[in-house]
Amino acid sequence: MGATVVTITSGKGGVGKTTTVANVAAALAAREQRVVCIDTDIGLRNLDVVLGLENRIVYDLVHVVEGTCRLRQAMIKDKRMPELYLIPAAQTRDKSALSEDDLKQVCDELRSDFDWVLIDSPAGIEGGFRNALAPADKVVIVTNPEVSAVRDADRIIGLVEAEEKGPAMLILNRVRADMVKRGDMLDTDDVLDILAVTLLGIIPEDEAVLVGSNRGVPVALNGKSSVGQAYRDVAGRLQGEDVPFPNLDRGWLSRLSELVPWMD
Amino acid sequence: MPPDIAVKGLKDGLLITLSDDPWDDVEAELIDRLGQDDSFFKGARVALQVGSRTLRAAELGRLRDKVSDLEVLLWAVLSESTRTCEAAKALGLATSLSKKTVAPSIQEADLPGEDGHAMLVRQTLRSGRFIEYPGHVVVLGDINPGAEVVAQGNVIVWGRLNGVVHAGADGDSSAVVCALDLAPTQLRIDNLITRSPRRSRSSNPELACIREGQIVAERWAPKGKRRRKFN
Repeated sequence: MGATVVTITSGKGGVGKTTTVANVAAALAAREQRVVCIDTDIGLRNLDVVLGLENRIVYDLVHVVEGTCRLRQAMIKDKRMPELYLIPAAQTRDKSALSEDDLKQVCDELRSDFDWVLIDSPAGIEGGFRNALAPADKVVIVTNPEVSAVRDADRIIGLVEAEEKGPAMLILNRVRADMVKRGDMLDTDDVLDILAVTLLGIIPEDEAVLVGSNRGVPVALNGKSSVGQAYRDVAGRLQGEDVPFPNLDRGWLSRLSELVPWMD
Repeated sequence: MPPDIAVKGLKDGLLITLSDDPWDDVEAELIDRLGQDDSFFKGARVALQVGSRTLRAAELGRLRDKVSDLEVLLWAVLSESTRTCEAAKALGLATSLSKKTVAPSIQEADLPGEDGHAMLVRQTLRSGRFIEYPGHVVVLGDINPGAEVVAQGNVIVWGRLNGVVHAGADGDSSAVVCALDLAPTQLRIDNLITRSPRRSRSSNPELACIREGQIVAERWAPKGKRRRKFN
């Protein structure tokens, strides 16, 4: 069995695609899966930074497709995990340096040696996004619980369906339980009501994510944090496990009252 | 015998009509023809009449890529199949020629008859989808915010209407819009425009029409006036 190619995309920028790729990749690798991430955001690469591998880049994806180097030479091995690799984007080029066929070819070459190929898509709906979509077996949409991000996600899901790459799966990122409780933020049901897709994960807003990204240590590798657990749950669901969703909307008191029937 | 391909000059480009032979053969023949005499086709704007065959977005996308390798611009796909038209629109291609240059056969096919042609859309229209049709439009699904439907006739939505709908777009003030949940971003009938008032989520089926010069929405009540009208 070859690798599953998963493209992670969003339409809107800044919703957390790259962070999601880094953490899901780390979580899968921690489950002893063989994982390679490809950053296709040519000209605006970030995934290397979030994974803490920036200073090891010699060759990049554009070098591979242009034949300057072999695929293996552009694959950077993660410091922490033996089966996690990154193929970085070129920073000094732009989206036109890559075509749909190039990326398909690279993915096909990787399939036999890995369990997962995760593609970090650029924002937008133009060529860069189409390149990232072309080789996908599965598509994961990342969105935030805000109206504009959900609108863009809806657009992207439509495009994914038109390319017959659907059905897309959704990761709802940066959910703030306190705001949801006050009714100031869209909750999961609101978002799923609009988008009508399968939910793959709910990631709570947490400073630890940002700290991890800045340090190049994906938070999914942190055994204790709840947000790390959320990413590990995503990895489990991707592998086909039935992982229940923790109820973020409820405080500790309501959870307690569930355990203690006479408290109400 | 290779499949038949008819090329016709239009004011602003070429109209190429393809025969009903199997798609792979027709596509190969087309690419062959476009590549043969590049001084003629190079840089041309091409509209394709593909007949009633159903083509998927992937097939049209592939054709567009092949054609653009020959420096020919595919800008429109004309078809009697709504699936094909939708696929073309998803790729950002036009699905009708402007009125001045339209071929007579196409114009006839597009004209709504006495009772009106209707287009059935069997899916939810997500943000960014745009459907324009010279007749009635029936949507089995939702119209999400950011999607737009423009119809010369009526628009019926068996689902939530949250996007933009323009009914009676060619100047028909008797056109109506109905939806199971009528909460459009904007609603247009004929040349009137309205926004829906902010309100709590009530989802009664409603019908919007023009009364005394403005767009009003009324609850769908089968026992009311409308029944008399049909008698």
